[in-house]
Parts: sequence; structure tokens; C-alpha cells
Amino acid sequence: MKRTRAYKGLNALVLLVLTSLVMPALAQTAEEKGLQIAQERKSRDEGWGDSQAEASMILRTADRQEIERKMRLLSLEMENDGDKGLTIFDQPADVKGTAFLNYSHAIEPDEQWMYLPALKRVKRIASRSKSGPFMGSEFAFEDLSSFEVEKYQYRYLRDEKLSGMDTFVVEQTPAYEHSGYTKLLVWIDKQHYRAHKIEFYDRKDSLLKTLTMHDYQQYLDKYWRPMKLSMVNHQTGKSTDLITHALSFRTGLTEDDFSQASLKRAR
Amino acid sequence: MKTIWLNTILNRPWLTMLTVMLVILASAFGAKNLYFRGDYKIFFAQDNPQLQAYEKMQTVFSKNENASIIIAPESGQVFNPQTLQLISEMTEAAWQTPYSTRVDSIANFQHTRAEGDDLIVEDLLFDVQNMTAEEIEQAREVAVTEPNLVGRMISPQAHVAMINITVQMPEEDKTNKVMETADYVQQLSAQFAERYPGHDFYHTGVVFMNNSFASEAKHDAETLVPIMFLVIILVMWGLLRSFTATLATLLVIVTAIAATMGISGWLGIFLSTATVNVPTLVMTLAVADCIHVISSMFYGLREGRSKSEALHYAMRINLMPIFITSATTAIGFLTLNFSDVPILNDLGNLTAIGVMLAFALSVTLLPALLLVLPMRVASRQQMKNGSMEKLGDWVIRHHKRLLPISLVLVVISVAAIFNNEVNDIATDYFDKTTAFRQSTEFQEANLSGMSTMDFALYLDEPTALNKPQNLQLIADFSTWLREQPEVDHVASISDTFKRLNKNMHGDNPEYYRLPQERELAAQYLLLYEMSLPFGLDLNNQINLDKSATRINVTLENLGSKQITAFEQRALDWIASQGRPEVAVEAASPSLMFGHIGERNMSSMIEGTLIALVLISGLLVFALRSWRMGMISLLPNLLPAAIGFGIWGLYSGQINMGLSVVLSMALGIIVDDTVHFLSKYRLARGEGKDAEQAVRYAFSSVGRALWITTLVLVTGFSVLAMSTFALNADMGLLTGIIILVALAVDFLFLPPFLMVFDKKSTKEDKADETDKSLQGA
Repeated sequence: MKRTRAYKGLNALVLLVLTSLVMPALAQTAEEKGLQIAQERKSRDEGWGDSQAEASMILRTADRQEIERKMRLLSLEMENDGDKGLTIFDQPADVKGTAFLNYSHAIEPDEQWMYLPALKRVKRIASRSKSGPFMGSEFAFEDLSSFEVEKYQYRYLRDEKLSGMDTFVVEQTPAYEHSGYTKLLVWIDKQHYRAHKIEFYDRKDSLLKTLTMHDYQQYLDKYWRPMKLSMVNHQTGKSTDLITHALSFRTGLTEDDFSQASLKRAR
Repeated sequence: MKTIWLNTILNRPWLTMLTVMLVILASAFGAKNLYFRGDYKIFFAQDNPQLQAYEKMQTVFSKNENASIIIAPESGQVFNPQTLQLISEMTEAAWQTPYSTRVDSIANFQHTRAEGDDLIVEDLLFDVQNMTAEEIEQAREVAVTEPNLVGRMISPQAHVAMINITVQMPEEDKTNKVMETADYVQQLSAQFAERYPGHDFYHTGVVFMNNSFASEAKHDAETLVPIMFLVIILVMWGLLRSFTATLATLLVIVTAIAATMGISGWLGIFLSTATVNVPTLVMTLAVADCIHVISSMFYGLREGRSKSEALHYAMRINLMPIFITSATTAIGFLTLNFSDVPILNDLGNLTAIGVMLAFALSVTLLPALLLVLPMRVASRQQMKNGSMEKLGDWVIRHHKRLLPISLVLVVISVAAIFNNEVNDIATDYFDKTTAFRQSTEFQEANLSGMSTMDFALYLDEPTALNKPQNLQLIADFSTWLREQPEVDHVASISDTFKRLNKNMHGDNPEYYRLPQERELAAQYLLLYEMSLPFGLDLNNQINLDKSATRINVTLENLGSKQITAFEQRALDWIASQGRPEVAVEAASPSLMFGHIGERNMSSMIEGTLIALVLISGLLVFALRSWRMGMISLLPNLLPAAIGFGIWGLYSGQINMGLSVVLSMALGIIVDDTVHFLSKYRLARGEGKDAEQAVRYAFSSVGRALWITTLVLVTGFSVLAMSTFALNADMGLLTGIIILVALAVDFLFLPPFLMVFDKKSTKEDKADETDKSLQGA
């Protein structure tokens, strides 16, 4: 009896030593795995160049009243930096022709300009905020700007089934000091590395909003874009849908189309 | 019937006790469902129009329940590096408050300024550690001139500042959430007080008001109920000098309360500042029943009867009177259902249940206990009390003078009733010793009132807010509001438009005016909204499609009349602007309290009239005489009239707690009348004249009336010790009325009867009821 027990104990010890020697080579920390997923996600979405979209925003109150806003979104992919974006507002009528230019940066404040047709002037907006509401919607500006690896620190949490898909659940902590969030939980499908659901946690670390992506379409045989984004604010009960009606890639836009001078031309 | 019932109880005391205890335990088990609710909404029914207007406004815009921290530096100046650092850090930390959605202070105020064609949007206090004296002075200049800040977030002389935390709480289990939030904020202040000595912190706002409602209810439960028990023990011991009798009474009271509160739990009625006093009330009202039974039994024992015989005697002569008095009391409390205040309905229903339970227990459990418990035959001879007879003689001797004197007193007090005015100010419900009241008073003295009123202007179409004539209306209204003497602060979107217009024109002060084009206004707003950080959006001022705006007005803590008058004045001003397409609505918790008093008073007057009819009907039945029923109206109504007259001279402020005193007191004081008149009528029926009948009434029930009045007044005085004004005032005034009722029965009613009840009463024969009323 005694012998057997001692033998077993020795066995366990040997196993432990062996495992501790082998494990580091095989295993990956949750942080490393999270980063790896993010890098893969980014790499699968590189090279699209530029795009133009027509979109609507449907804003809803807690008691389901709704209102629609229309806009055009022009984007230019930038290497090693956040993308450049130009938003031209079409509706409501009193902001028609207002154009908003944004150079997004991962950990620096964005650069922002706005052309006000009623004032016939371009104004630069100097603000540290990226978390303000976009057109009074439940989307903050930082929710809409391009995904950059440097924007967050990552931690892989678990695998999960999300409406039949195999997904990774990754926790992302914003690197930007003035972000409105403490963390994001992102569900990324294992097949195409597309985000399907994002939970946003506010400064007191309670769930603020959930974003879900719907109706993914593939462009240029490679790039996946959701035709509908739904953001629900759990604290206020308000929600916003961002719907893309038309989207085209490689339309020949250049940096000139994203200059301050271009703002006045954009109609 | 009565005999069978009595025999069942007295022959099988153990079975009786067991059965009663099982029923009580089953009821009391419901207490597991009891919980405290501290939330000002317990005062308002779901269909209350002011509540509905308020809730509608909260869905159109954002919720604006708040917890405020007022920071007072001992230096008397907020704009010093240390205090600014404190405010800045604390503003940041306050975002961690549970359920918070927004934090505002001078630190994170989004100050906008222009540099050429750049619009710079940043926190007013940014990087405080590196601010130069000059920059601090600039920030001070901005803060004390910015209409959105001065008078609310900072005092004009900049000696106190406020951090305002907006919370969004789910309605379910709200009280715990309120407490969690209040605790968090208090701890936050404690931490900063330690790190930054030389600063005082005060907490106000709706969250702290709700928290105080809950903590005052608990405080009442923890202090008043034990005091009441002590008082009961002392009174019982003083009156009966019997350990057994005191113990039996206590057992009856404890079981009555346990069952009542248990039933409250079963019915889903929560503990509130009102219902928390049900035990005190039930105790007060139940003791009288027990005293009647026990003193009758002692009387029987002293006459040499056996314990069983004495109990039989006591039950026989007391059953009917204590039933009638319990029933009238219950009816009085049940008419609290006419009140517009849900927790006063609860108070009425629970006390009514408690009173009837106490009645049931004093005719079942009490006799069974008295039979079983060992008891020394009361050795002490009850003093042959001549004082009542003496009082009776005195009243009879002086009745010709007493009647006019008391009539004059009555007229004076009735006139003094008109000194009273209905007035509900939620912050004044709390005693000056409470932290919440001290905070609101500090706030009022140094910064602003805690009262608010929100005006929503609903315009005719989407984005209509941007139209110049609408912006002008909003700006004019804001200007008008600021001119009103009651107004401490106005937060209006029109000021933001003016500031943006100035910023867009290179900060040229000439452009501090409204944009004159719809498109321009719309584009300013779009630009501004995009630049605001998380949580500091405009949803609290502008609705989704920009067809409505909310103007937040901070007011002095006004009384009901003043706040409703201010509301009306403001609505009239808008109406006078010739803009019929603009719908305007006012709402706020302060306004809800302002309206509830009037609403509640008129419905309670209705309730009291019904109580009066029902109780008088019961009296006609009990006294078996229409005539006596009519005469009884006088001693029943006069005490309330005189009581409210005294109140008019003493205070003159009628809050919603006092509106229910009338019907509540009526059900209690009617007991005195029943006892006195039934004895009087008994004597008259035996052919005695009014004078002899009065003398008989004095000698037979005088002492009992003294004792019950003593017990009741003591009980309500305990309630008057509450630090919560609704309870304290209710207790005090009811106590006064009960005392006055005794005076009326002793000093006014006899002379009245001797002057007006001269005719012979042959046809009014003493009957069964009168005999059964004897012992009381």
C-alpha cells in the first residue's frame, strides 16, 4: 500500500516537472492569443483602398419613436495609421451639405474639420473627445472609426457559439486615454474574423451598449462589410440602426479628396 | 350565543391559545415579504397627473434623477489650486458611482472657445496641476459668467461648488439601488475629506431625498416602536399594578402587531415612512381594549368572585363596547382610502386590520391568558375615586357659565382654522436634526434651492428647434424665468446657441446672440454635439428629432401655493406669446409635492364626510336613538375643529400627513362620546333629569375616559417624536384632538345637555345596548 502511494506521488511529480518544461513552448497567454486574433482580423481587411457608401441612421427612443438621418460616407485606407473619413450629411434638410472630415488616429486625438455651408467656412474642431454621440445617435465617433490593432490591448477570453457560428470572445481595453469606455467584449467568427457583436462597458465597468452586425456582404471577393449595424443603449433604452444602402470600393478617391479644401467641394 | 362562545374560550383556554397562536403564526409568516421602500414616488398614485407629466418628460428627454455633492472650502474660495484639484479628481471619480450616466461640474464643463477658425472644446479645468494663477483666474471668470454654471454648479462669489451626478435607476428594487448609490457617494466624500482637509461636503438631490425617506422610516421603526413598548409597560404597570396583566396585555399587543405586519407582507404592502408607524398606532389603540377587560375583571375579583366568574363578567359587559369602539376606529382609518397618497391608503388599511385584530385578540387570547396565568388576587383596593364626582359637581354647578365660555373658545378656535394653509415641501418633511435637511439648508443658503421645475416646449415639427423664432421664444422665456424672484438658475439650450455663435465668429462678443438662420443653428448643433465627450451630450435638453427642448429651472424651496402659482405664471407667460402651436408642460418632483396637498385635501374632506355619516350611523344604532345620534355630532366634530384651530395658531402648515388626521381622529374620539352618552341616556331612561344623568355619567365612566385618553395621547405623543414631519405632525395633532375631545366631553357636552335636553325621555327607554355599554 505505502509503496504504491509513494510511487504514485513520484509519478505525479515527474509529470508536473515535465509539463512545466513543455508548456511555455505550446501555450500562449490569453493576451497573446487576443493580439493574434486582432492581427489576423486586421490583416484580412487590408488593401481595400477606398470606398463610398450611402447610408441611413434610424434613431429610436425608449418608447420606439424613430427618426431617419441620411448621409454619404467616403473612406480612405491609410497604412500604419487610422483611416481618413469624409461624411456628407443629406438629411435633415437644415444640415444638408454639411461635411465632416476626420483623420482618425489610434492613440492620439483625431483631427477633425467641419464645413458649415450656412457659414461658408471650414472649422477645425479641437477636442480630445472621440466618444461623443454621432449626430445625436447611440454611436460614438470612436465606434465608427476604422479598426486598428494599436487602439486596444487584447485578452482572449473564450470560445463561444453565437447564432450557430464558432466565435472567439476577446476583451479589448482602449489605449486612448480619453476613450468613453473601460472595455469592449468582441465576438469574432473563426471563419472570416469578422466582428458580430460588441459589448461596450462604461467607466464604472457596467454594460452600456451592445452593437450587433447583420447581413455581411463580401466585396472584391475578400472584404466583408455588414449592411446593418444595430446599437442598443441598455441604460437609456435608446437604439440606433446604421444601414448601408449602397457601397462601392476602389472608386478612385485620393488624399486630395480628403483635404480641408475638398470639404467645400463635397456636396 | 355569547355564552356559548364565552364558555368555549374560558373552558378550553389552552385550545383557544393554541388556535389563536397558529392563526397568528400563519399571518406573521408573511413578514418575510416585508421590505423598506424609500422613493418619493410612494406618495403618488400611478395616475397622478403630475407624475405622468414628469414620467413622459423623462422618456422624451433623459432621466434626471440626481445626487449632488456640494463642496465648501474653508478658505471661502473655490478657485485655489487645491480645491480645483479636488473638484477635478472627484468629478472623475464620480463617474464610478453606481447607475450614474452623467457627471457635471465646473471641472468637466465643456468650455468652447475660438482660435481663428479652430473651435476648441475642452474641460474648463484641464490638467489642474499645471494651471498658472492666470489660467485659474481665467477659469474663474468663465465659470461665474457662464449661465449654465453660475447659480447652480458654482455660487456667484465662487465660495461653494457642486458636482451633480445624474443617475438612471431601474425601477425594480429601487430602494436598495438608492442606498447603494447614496452610500457610494458618501464614501467618496469621506475619502476626499481625508485627502483634502479644510473642505466640507454636503449631499442633496433626489437620490439623497429618497435615501432619507428610507432611512427615516427605519429610524422611526428602530426608535419609536421600542419607546412605545416601554411606555405601554409603564402605563399598564402604573394603572393595574399586576405583572400578569401587563404581560398578558403585552402578549396581545405583540401578537396583534406581528399578525398585522405579517398580513401587510402577504398583501405585498411595503414598509414606508407611513406604514412603519402602524405598530405604534395598533399598540396605542389595542391597549385601551385590554385595559377595559382587565379592569372589569379586577373589579369582579375585588367583589369576591372567582377568576372565571370575574372574567365572564368582564367579557359580558365589555364585548359590545369594545366592538363598537374598534369598529368606529377601523372605519375612520379605512376612509384613508380616499387619500390620493398610496402609502396613506396602506396606513389606513393596515391600522384598520390591526385594530380589528386587537379586538379579536382581546376577546379570545386575552381572557384565555388571564385565566391560565397565575395571578394574585388584586389586594390593593381601588381607591374610591371621588375626584370624578367632584368634577361632575363642579361642571353642573358652573354649567351656565361653562356653556358660553366654551362657545366663545370654540368660535375663536374655529376662526383660527383659517390660519392653516395646505403646504407640502418635501425637503421640510425632514427634521432639522437630519443630515439631509442640513444639507438642503446649506445649499439654499449658499448656492440655490433644491426645488426644480422642468419646462418642456414641444414644437410643431422635427428640427423645429433650429427655427429662429423658436430659438427666440426659448431665449425670451429663459430671460423671463431668470427675472422671477423665486428662480435661482435656468439651464437653457438658447445660451449654448449664443455661445456657439460667438465662438464661430472668432469669439467676438458682439456675436453672443442667437443664430438668425435655421440652417446655421442646425449646423452649429451638429458640430457641437460631435465634439462633446461621452455622457455630456445634449439629450437632457433636446429630444431625438429636435422638435422639443427642456428647460431646467432651479428654484428656492417653495411652498405648495407658491410653486403652483409660479407654474401657472410661467404657463400664462408662454400662452401670452401668441404661439398656439407650441405646447408647453411643466413637471418635477417639487411640483408633484406642490399639487398633492390640494388634491389630497379635497379627497380627504370627502372621505371624512363619509366617515362622519358611517360613524354617526353606527352611533345611532349603538345608542338606539336618533336624537342622541344627532347630539353626538357635536362632541365628535368640535374636537377636530378646535384641534385644527389650535394647529392654525401653533403652525398653520397643513401637510399631506395632516389631511388624514380628521377622519382618523374621528374614529377614535367617538369612543368617548359613546361611553359618556350611553351612561347619560341610561340614567335618563331611568327617569333621572339631565343634571342627575350627567352626575351618573361622570361617576361611572369618567375615570375610564381619563385612562384611555391618557393612553392614546401618550401613544400619539410618541409618534410626535418622529424626525419625519408627516408622522410627527400627524401624531401631535391627533394627540391634541383626542385631548380636546375629553375636554369637550367633560366641560361642554354636560352643560349643553343640561340646557337643551330638558324634555322628559320616557319614550327613550334604556335598552340592551345601554346595559351592555355599562362596563366601559
